[in-house]
Amino acid sequence: MEKIMCVALPGKVIKMNDKEALVDFNGNRVTARAGLVDVKPGDYCLVHAGCILQKVLPDEAADLTELMKEMEAFS
Amino acid sequence: MIDIKKVKDFLGHYDGPDMNIMEVCGSHTAAITKLGIQSLLSPHIHLISGPGCPVCVTPSAYVDKLLQLAEAGRCIVTFGDLIRVPGSASSLSIEKGKGARVEMVYSPMDIIKMAKSEPETEFIFAAVGFETTTPVYALLLEQLMTEHIKNVKLLTALKTMPPVIAYLCAHDAPVDGFLAPGHVSVVTGSDIFIPIAEKYNMPFGVAGFSGEEILTAICGIVKSKGFGRVMNFYPSVVSAKGNIKAQKIVEKYFTTVDAAWRGIGVITASGLGLREVFAAYDAGSMPLVEDKKSNQSCKCDKVLMGKISPPACPLYAKMCTPLNPQGACMVSSEGSCYAYYSSGKK
Repeated sequence: MEKIMCVALPGKVIKMNDKEALVDFNGNRVTARAGLVDVKPGDYCLVHAGCILQKVLPDEAADLTELMKEMEAFS
Repeated sequence: MIDIKKVKDFLGHYDGPDMNIMEVCGSHTAAITKLGIQSLLSPHIHLISGPGCPVCVTPSAYVDKLLQLAEAGRCIVTFGDLIRVPGSASSLSIEKGKGARVEMVYSPMDIIKMAKSEPETEFIFAAVGFETTTPVYALLLEQLMTEHIKNVKLLTALKTMPPVIAYLCAHDAPVDGFLAPGHVSVVTGSDIFIPIAEKYNMPFGVAGFSGEEILTAICGIVKSKGFGRVMNFYPSVVSAKGNIKAQKIVEKYFTTVDAAWRGIGVITASGLGLREVFAAYDAGSMPLVEDKKSNQSCKCDKVLMGKISPPACPLYAKMCTPLNPQGACMVSSEGSCYAYYSSGKK
């Protein structure tokens, strides 16, 4: 993990232990604090500065189709 | 699905009025230069870097205070990119070389283990950051209180993004649209930019950090020139209202304060400080507004306002390099000048 600010990376929650989660980033496993959002094993999440900042929604729940259609109307 | 070919075609062949699009997130600055995004855009679309790197906007008085605390025997704990930021006469990096105790961490929570193992030492966390990082400091405070840890304090220089964007709009920054900061928006929600978008007829595109995500947001901003609207192109983690739980814990521990931005000055209600009831955890943050340039020719202020690009500064790539930074924008890998320099632009 880089020791610089602002970096936030998506990873997968492997297991939970009270307020701490074990999160997998492409094979690297890191402990992250889980007080800012409710997560469970199997969820994907965004980790910043050692804390889980948000759950990552699956692609189908984060669809941009409507916004892209709206953009077309602007051009 | 996004048709990225169509997006690239549009951006590469755009021949409408010139557009300046400002990003206000250090990770966007770094990604845009690393991925060569500007080279994919028509010459009529200009990307400029704003005050999006929290390390770069931290004033020299703040660094000087950290140096004073280190000299008085405190252990300074910080993210790595802050240690080379010049104060008015020195930096944490230089003083560490002379024996001062400065520790770099990946997470503010790491300070807890340090504090427990050395109860006689006072630890100071250099708490800089935007809305993304402030909830982490709130979690740290919660844990310090739960575990009755008394030998940790924060020196805060916490900033909030909407006031500085509004300041830029009100002070004629040459901007036609904003690439809104992705990770700030995760916490604040994208709706937070609506009042500024509407007031200044300014399009905002909330973007992620891949090339496709950044290009798509730029496309949306260009197509919306002159319209005050906020478009969320990063819905996998950004919602309209943001992370309410994170907002609530921030509100519990912090309150709005005026804040000093390096090179810009004090902007009303643009920062967060510890609430008075938690003053025991404050290492003396409030009066730190002075900002002395270590080199008078440094143009970080104009770079941060988007008024010049880094190579227009007389020090850039000459006296000022990542190995010998004269201004804060050359210090952090997410600073505008550092990103420009590391991408080979001289």
